[in-house]
Amino acid sequence: MKKMATGNQAAALAVKESNVEVVAAYPITPQTEVVETIASFVETKKMDAAYIRVESEHSAMAACIGASSTGARAFTATSSHGLLYMHEMLHWAAGARLPIVMANMNRAVGPAWNIWAEHTDSLSQRDTGWMQFYASTVQEVYDTILMSYRLAEKVYLPAMVCLDGFILSHAIQPLDITPPGDFIPPIDLPHALDTKDPMSYGNLTGPGDYFKFRRAIHDAMKRADKECRSVEKEFSGRFGRNYGPVMEYRTGDADTVIVGMGTMAREAEVAVDLLRKEGMKAGSLRIRQFRPFPRLDLEGKKVIVLDRDCSFGAGGILAQEIRFHHDVPVYNVIAGLGGQDVRYETIADLARKAKPEGEFWLGVD
Amino acid sequence: MLHQTSMFFPKKVNLMLDDIPEVEYLHKGNTACAGCGAMLALRYILKASGPNTIIVNPACCSTVCQGTYPKTAYGVPVLNIAFAAAAAAADGMASARRNKGKNIIVFAGDGGTVDIGIQALSGAIERNANILYVCYDNEAYANTGMQKSGSTPYGAITTTTPTGRKDSKKDIDLIIMAHRPAYMASASAGYPKDLYDKVKKALSIEGTKFIHVLCPCPPGWRYSTEKTVELGKLAVKCGMWFLYEYENGRLTLNAPTKAALKRPAPLEDYVKPQGRFKGVDVERLRQEVNRSVERVKDLAMMDMVEKVKEAS
Repeated sequence: MKKMATGNQAAALAVKESNVEVVAAYPITPQTEVVETIASFVETKKMDAAYIRVESEHSAMAACIGASSTGARAFTATSSHGLLYMHEMLHWAAGARLPIVMANMNRAVGPAWNIWAEHTDSLSQRDTGWMQFYASTVQEVYDTILMSYRLAEKVYLPAMVCLDGFILSHAIQPLDITPPGDFIPPIDLPHALDTKDPMSYGNLTGPGDYFKFRRAIHDAMKRADKECRSVEKEFSGRFGRNYGPVMEYRTGDADTVIVGMGTMAREAEVAVDLLRKEGMKAGSLRIRQFRPFPRLDLEGKKVIVLDRDCSFGAGGILAQEIRFHHDVPVYNVIAGLGGQDVRYETIADLARKAKPEGEFWLGVD
Repeated sequence: MLHQTSMFFPKKVNLMLDDIPEVEYLHKGNTACAGCGAMLALRYILKASGPNTIIVNPACCSTVCQGTYPKTAYGVPVLNIAFAAAAAAADGMASARRNKGKNIIVFAGDGGTVDIGIQALSGAIERNANILYVCYDNEAYANTGMQKSGSTPYGAITTTTPTGRKDSKKDIDLIIMAHRPAYMASASAGYPKDLYDKVKKALSIEGTKFIHVLCPCPPGWRYSTEKTVELGKLAVKCGMWFLYEYENGRLTLNAPTKAALKRPAPLEDYVKPQGRFKGVDVERLRQEVNRSVERVKDLAMMDMVEKVKEAS
């Protein structure tokens, strides 16, 4: 079924179609429409799930952990300070190897109060053991949530699906509401708490054993990269929509690539068209999968990385990631913080003036 | 040998008094301190709940008492969870369709209940989560070496109140009552049968149940390990602790507390064996006790008034 939907509605619809058993959530702008829509599905019996109106995001994730630890499929959605407030529980969910899926509407972090798009909230959760995906269209939000459940329940790691606050959460685009059918089979969690086979999970684990569990998370995250490819392939075969860890745009013969995530990376594609008309061999890479981080094809190219985030004193977080994985010079543009307007003309202009290496703050430098 | 024994004690005869099941879910070899009041309480809680139970355990002594991976001393499944998260995790568990009919029990210390976990607990009761929340109160952060918690009583020496606490114990029971839970009770590790009965009753009720159990702690309270039950009883007898139940807006005093309110045991009997009360201003402590006795009497009186109203 096709309809017009916002990014938020797409997230709620994906949760409804994924046969989720427990939803626990706390409202925060710009995520509210997700939890309102799910509440409406549950109360009008369009969705057979428990909906827990928790008193905080910390409790939202705790409730998801409680449900998931017994093998129930769980979901929450949040943003910005909500995500930061549940930080402790993000570690717990991944450490307990629970396949919880969460939508995060990327939003700036205070002070000052700012409700507009920025990636620092989710990128600062990089090391929690959650897989991270960044969508840039309404359809992609829906599809990525479906694929995330499938993937999370294969590798027993939680998954965060990120979308830019307002720019995508509130944008209305066509959405094909594809029922996943047995693409998402019934959940089978081997370590679900079972009263017939009593085990203690997360109890005291000494220096002789603890690191083994950490290594298992590390290995699972690496395995997730391969598993994600097979999930995307199956998704494509069934539903005809193709995704990868990186969406390449006109990169074939490009000598300059603009790398970014989320909606700003889609804007970069328009900038690429503009630059191509001017004769520049430009292309763009939109990173969809931030954890586990994919291999990129950057050798011998001029690399411009757009970061809607900053690790203070170090620079853009995406740029750091690229520098870590690839021995290439990077020109890092920090732009779009707190919803700063970044148009394709601006991105094209940045590309024209880009130096081989360095850092540039839009609106400051 | 086994055969001979069974001639005298056929297999199904219950050797425990008062119909408390013989079966143990808290196993030997757990890593609790000698004389631990919390483990005494847990032993009876699990006897009451039986095997169809999942324990949710925030950071507290009980985290350690389970023993170290890959072993556990608890004969029911346990989800260990972060300090502030127990009530919410239990609610999430109880809300899943698949867990209908299971006893979801939080076993949390006083710090995890009256301090860092109070927000999640408040939310869970307000939503009437179908859980039993047990707060075992050893009146300090005992697991980390006896620092003051909100539940530490006036005068008690802890490592962060080295000259004794100067202000009063937080009355978590009144806070819980204000939430109108489906069932609430206070109990003491010194009265295991009373605790057992209260857990049984709580688990027969749908919605949020809260049981607050005083659990004397030999290393923390600085008394010799054989005195746990004695102190658990003395606390009630001198009015430092109460045994009551709160249901449908009514507070019912249990027999030991009724007796204590009529004729309390000397407070000194409770204070003297405990090193934590060394040098305490007993008169000031008595004032604290009297104030909480008055509060409890008032609450019980309200119940009497209601009963009289109903009768007329």
